[in-house]
Amino acid sequence: MAGPFQRLGNDLYTGARKVDFVGRRRMWFTIAAVLMIASIAVPFVRGGGNFLNGFNFGIEFRGGSQFLVADVPESHIPIDTGLAETAVHDVVSDAVVRVSTVGDDGVRVQTDQLTDQETQQVTLNLEDAYGTDSVSSSFIGATWGADITESALRALGVFIVLALVFMALYFRTWKMSIAAILKLMHDLIISVGIYAATGWEITPAAVIGFLTILGYSLYDTVVVFDKIRENTAELGDDSHRTFGEAVNLAVNQTLVRSINTGVVAALPVAAILFIGAFVLGADTLRDISLALLVGTIAGTYSTPAFGAPLYSVFREGEPEIAKRDKRVRQRRGETVAA
Amino acid sequence: MAARSTPVRKAWRSLSWLAGIIVLLVGLNTAGALWWGWGWAPKLALDLEGGTQIILTPTLEDGQTVTDEQLQQSVQIIRNRIDAAGVSESEITTQGGDKIVISIPGTPDQATLERIKASAKMEFRAVLLAGTPSTSTASPTDEPTDDATASATESPAPTDTPAPSDTPTATPTDGSDTSWITPALQEQYDAFTCDQVQDSGANTAPADEPLITCNQAGTEKYLLGPVEVEGADISDAQAGVKTTSTGSSTGEWVVNLTFNSDGTAAFADVTTRLVSLEDPRNRFAVVLDGAVVIAPTANDAITDGHAQISGGFTQESAKTLADQLKYGALPVGFTVESTDTISATLGASQLQSGLIAGLIGLIVVFIYSLFQYRLLGTVTIASLIVAGVITYFVVNILSWREGYRLSLAGVAGLIVAIGFTADSFIVYFERIRDELRDGRGLVGAVEAGWKRALRTVLAAKSVNLLSAIILFVLAVGSVRGFALTLGVTTVIDVIIVILFTHPVLQLLASTKFFSSGHPATGLDPTALGAVYRGRAEFRISKDARRQGASREAERRQTIAERKAAELEAASTGSKKSTSGKKEAR
Repeated sequence: MAGPFQRLGNDLYTGARKVDFVGRRRMWFTIAAVLMIASIAVPFVRGGGNFLNGFNFGIEFRGGSQFLVADVPESHIPIDTGLAETAVHDVVSDAVVRVSTVGDDGVRVQTDQLTDQETQQVTLNLEDAYGTDSVSSSFIGATWGADITESALRALGVFIVLALVFMALYFRTWKMSIAAILKLMHDLIISVGIYAATGWEITPAAVIGFLTILGYSLYDTVVVFDKIRENTAELGDDSHRTFGEAVNLAVNQTLVRSINTGVVAALPVAAILFIGAFVLGADTLRDISLALLVGTIAGTYSTPAFGAPLYSVFREGEPEIAKRDKRVRQRRGETVAA
Repeated sequence: MAARSTPVRKAWRSLSWLAGIIVLLVGLNTAGALWWGWGWAPKLALDLEGGTQIILTPTLEDGQTVTDEQLQQSVQIIRNRIDAAGVSESEITTQGGDKIVISIPGTPDQATLERIKASAKMEFRAVLLAGTPSTSTASPTDEPTDDATASATESPAPTDTPAPSDTPTATPTDGSDTSWITPALQEQYDAFTCDQVQDSGANTAPADEPLITCNQAGTEKYLLGPVEVEGADISDAQAGVKTTSTGSSTGEWVVNLTFNSDGTAAFADVTTRLVSLEDPRNRFAVVLDGAVVIAPTANDAITDGHAQISGGFTQESAKTLADQLKYGALPVGFTVESTDTISATLGASQLQSGLIAGLIGLIVVFIYSLFQYRLLGTVTIASLIVAGVITYFVVNILSWREGYRLSLAGVAGLIVAIGFTADSFIVYFERIRDELRDGRGLVGAVEAGWKRALRTVLAAKSVNLLSAIILFVLAVGSVRGFALTLGVTTVIDVIIVILFTHPVLQLLASTKFFSSGHPATGLDPTALGAVYRGRAEFRISKDARRQGASREAERRQTIAERKAAELEAASTGSKKSTSGKKEAR
């Protein structure tokens, strides 16, 4: 009655079948390196040499232009906010527009920063649309100011240091902590790279998506590394597995979990992304779900494919482990690699 | 059956705990709805519900301009003050280079506006002269303000103004030196009425010059020396209840101040000096926005950098002042130019599509878990539903008690949490399967798998909780809202896995249907590669193994490896088979 997936789980558990993450690490590292370099290179190329210019930051970060329509006549009430969107899009077709009504007879329109000429044109359009001649324009600053970024980065730094310490205490080795943090960087770089590649707007919602990935990435690492800890702790002197093989077995034993978790975490996010981006055109949903989707997939994939081999590399050099690995290989009659 | 009854009893105990928690949450929500005006749905954030837009303009004297730096600093301080009041995810920005625009959900009352715009500039000055304000203008019958009824019991009734020294201005040696009082100043002081303070809102003087002002109630007027300690030297401020020397509470609200090293030194200097002076020059005035909050007598030198301000605070006003002091004074004062309601920028359709997306995602997750885990999948589904119910109540309580508001990003965060929550169950189920593969019976596998899974789940969730707590404490703005969502869902997840998923599995494991290992249970030992060995015991099936083992693995096994494995198998005897022994054949 065992389905193919369950049988795969059995085989992975016993080691009858395996994906060689640790043994073929050169390949996995190359994939990771290529992905990361691409993720860093894309914004550089798009931004014409300036890294930050490669991203499309929302008006929450850069500030923008604001138009205030006052004294909208009775004939235009209730206010149709769609008119304002059209008024801006007629001038700048790809601008992000946020419209809200102010009081009973006012409209507030916020959009990317416009040139003087564009501003004049939008003002005229708005006057036409709402049948009033009192439209004022001004520059608005960023709602996501430098102080928010600064505090968030500080919090991030503190978190990474504390997470390092926590994992080091829990796993009893610094090397797992460092492998986990490097793996986290890998996930974040790739997620950010996707934003540069698609040119989608980075909004506060997207940043929150990145922060979610941060938690998820480390979470997934702890789950898999905990199995590695269990398996490598069982390695005795008479074991017939090298350290790397024990790590690889642990990764494979948790592979079914990783796949299931990845699917279950990605499905709702994919639903949001699909509905948000393609069915209803809900921008905020699209912005946050892209970060989350890429993050959950990258976060799940990179634990076995990047974090685990990295940890193995860190530990294999230790004299004690190297000596035991050598003994294991000799016992098997393999020629010991220098 | 005695062996089996223990897990079952434990399971029921856990489930009753969970029921207790749910009843408590429902009760709290009901109580809130009945007596405290709570609603049954969480309040929505600015993007979904709209709110109020407040435009502040700086109050500037002629020719004075506000710099961009001052404006940015003000934005930062105002944001901190708003954040301190709850997790409402407000938007604060500058407009046109000289205005601050604050968008907050809901309708703010006067107290909130005051709290936002008050500059909260605190100064500590020594008292040179104190007296009752001239009765001619402060006559209570003229203007029956509430100030007139306030009692002045906090300070001893001041005697008549001491004779001012008419000596020509000598250079004052310290802040209590009477040579600060020039005849001109004396005249100004004599003519001063407290109306002036109330009219102008704030009376100001440069930090290195004397200040004439009144207390907030307008019942006493002062001539104060130059600033001795500045509000900027306060490193922390907390609202608290005053306690007596025996430690019992007096019920009076106070603000406890902690000074930084500069402030501590200055404060120690002044208090040491004041102790030996005669009334009123032994008094020390705490001036907030130009008005004296309290001017107590210095009885002892305070050298530890801690001070306490009392002065008829309520719990709320004490907390407001503490928050204002903690985050510093605004570099310029502001007046409210306009307050207007603003509509949501996203509106109901976006929320709806988010919820629809979440529902679709949830259904797909349900289908996938049924496909993957058969009947165990229903445990996942039930756990997620219970988690959803608890999350709803907790978010609702947070919303109505702590001012938390749900933004569209927050909704997305909750939907994503489905996946993270489900992972705890997946980790657990996979561990049970591992134990079954190792040949344990179902009841034993559930217990042993749980022990290992719980450790992993707790460690991994701790990392999540750590990130939530740190972000909540250190970050500002919308990041805090996210951190709260993350923290809440993580804690709920752990509660569910311990108090629901595990006990339900314990109960299921004791049923005939599940222990029969029926394929539909998702815990079929034969399918998992173990074979029936005796009553409720399984050992690994060689056939299943062979069937599963790919040829590649066979080929890779060298003779030496096989020999080593045989040796090992012989030495470890018939101990319980572990994963490492498949080669032992």
